[in-house]
Amino acid sequence: MKWLFFRQLQGVEMAVKLYAQGFEPLQIFHEHQQQAGMAGQFGATSIFIGTMRDMNAGDEVKAMTLEHYPGMTEKQLEKIISEASQKWQVLDVLVAHRVGEILPNDPIVLVAVWASHRGDAYDANRYIMEALKSSAPFWKKERLVSDQERWVEKNTDGYNKL
Amino acid sequence: MLMSIKVRYFASLKEKLGRAEHVMDVTGPVTVAEIWTLANPGTAMPDNIISALNMEYVDSQQSVKEGDEVAFFPPVTGG
Repeated sequence: MKWLFFRQLQGVEMAVKLYAQGFEPLQIFHEHQQQAGMAGQFGATSIFIGTMRDMNAGDEVKAMTLEHYPGMTEKQLEKIISEASQKWQVLDVLVAHRVGEILPNDPIVLVAVWASHRGDAYDANRYIMEALKSSAPFWKKERLVSDQERWVEKNTDGYNKL
Repeated sequence: MLMSIKVRYFASLKEKLGRAEHVMDVTGPVTVAEIWTLANPGTAMPDNIISALNMEYVDSQQSVKEGDEVAFFPPVTGG
């Protein structure tokens, strides 16, 4: 799996990866954890994986294109992770996101947070995911089974029940 | 003062305008909102459009300077 962008930042342990082709979230999670050399330090790890559904707004969706703003997307993701690491005691963060053509059941996003304790791991992960949804410049264009194409207009607020 | 500004559009806005990016020479001082007007005469900026300056979110009243990159795009929908 080859990523388009990868940066390991100094100061705060974190990595942001963008993939133009399919990626295996748990494989890159394990690779990152092994390379990070944190064995014995972390007591809690939270993993969020977002996957493409075959249905949206009552219509069957057969494919999707994820556009992004190269440079700004990475910059905003790094900013979000930095904010989370100031709010919670985290040891490491990995964020991976797909771009390009994707199909139902393909992973779209992985957010993994390593911390000493579960509260920090859970809360930082949720914060990163919600902030990504509202401020990381990605845009989804769906292709329906009817071959009609449409842009997804806005993300829902994950803290509010539908 | 003559300034060269790169202007970029993304997603549905890019399709609607029929272009992804262009470079324009403008005489300052100029705000992000004025860049839109100069780049798209006769087309009001849609209410939901978000502005970025050098890859940071900004208010459209922010001033631009020589060599800046201004971007306009609809609400983001990643994740």
